[in-house]
Amino acid sequence: MTTAIEVNCETGEVIERPLTTEELAQREVDAAAYAVAEAEREATEAAAQAAKESAQAKLAALGLTAEEIAALSK
Amino acid sequence: MATFIKIASVTVGAGGAANINFTSIPSTYTDLIIMCSLRSERTTGGTDNIRLEINGSAANRTFRSIGGSGAAAYSETDTTNFIGYLPQDDGTTGWTSNTFTNTSIYIPNYAGSNNKSLSVDTTTENNATTSYADLVASLWSQTNAITSLTLKTGSGSDLTQHSSATLYGIKNS
Repeated sequence: MTTAIEVNCETGEVIERPLTTEELAQREVDAAAYAVAEAEREATEAAAQAAKESAQAKLAALGLTAEEIAALSK
Repeated sequence: MATFIKIASVTVGAGGAANINFTSIPSTYTDLIIMCSLRSERTTGGTDNIRLEINGSAANRTFRSIGGSGAAAYSETDTTNFIGYLPQDDGTTGWTSNTFTNTSIYIPNYAGSNNKSLSVDTTTENNATTSYADLVASLWSQTNAITSLTLKTGSGSDLTQHSSATLYGIKNS
């Protein structure tokens, strides 16, 4: 059973209660949306990394040293 | 001189919890700060994240962040209630067991009548190259006083047992 913890800051009372039907439904929506957003973010990061490595390889093929390639990004 | 006063503290018990909700926050302090240590029970994908709802809502929020992942520096801008990245129990990243975030969320003038800003300093912990450290500037574009704050995961998964959060009120900041 999934629970929520509620702390009343005036009284100090702590209640652990089951999620409501609406809260459980929202969790399902959140999970689906999060998976999509995460996949998009990871794809963007992977594309940026691949572009970086491709650029470095091309620079090396032109004769730049590793130190010279690194200096370009500083 | 600023004085930190502990308002409430919670540690998630066995079985995890969907969220930690501080309610009925008194308006008698100048600022608030949440210090928390969190982990997600999510087992798919790579990395979960922390979300903070204000007065029961995730709406009217924007943020900008700068961070590092162990592989690259990055910046992000979005309209969510994102607070930071969150290690999770299983998945593609392979987070070290029993590691949690170190997160502080500072909220100045929380009881005032202007929009509310949040300053976040957060990092994940991982015994591997991938780990996230972020500084997040977040805005809640509402003028109501803040009376409740809810920590939860972005994915809808539970917070893992031993996750903890402490809310402090700050006087004379």
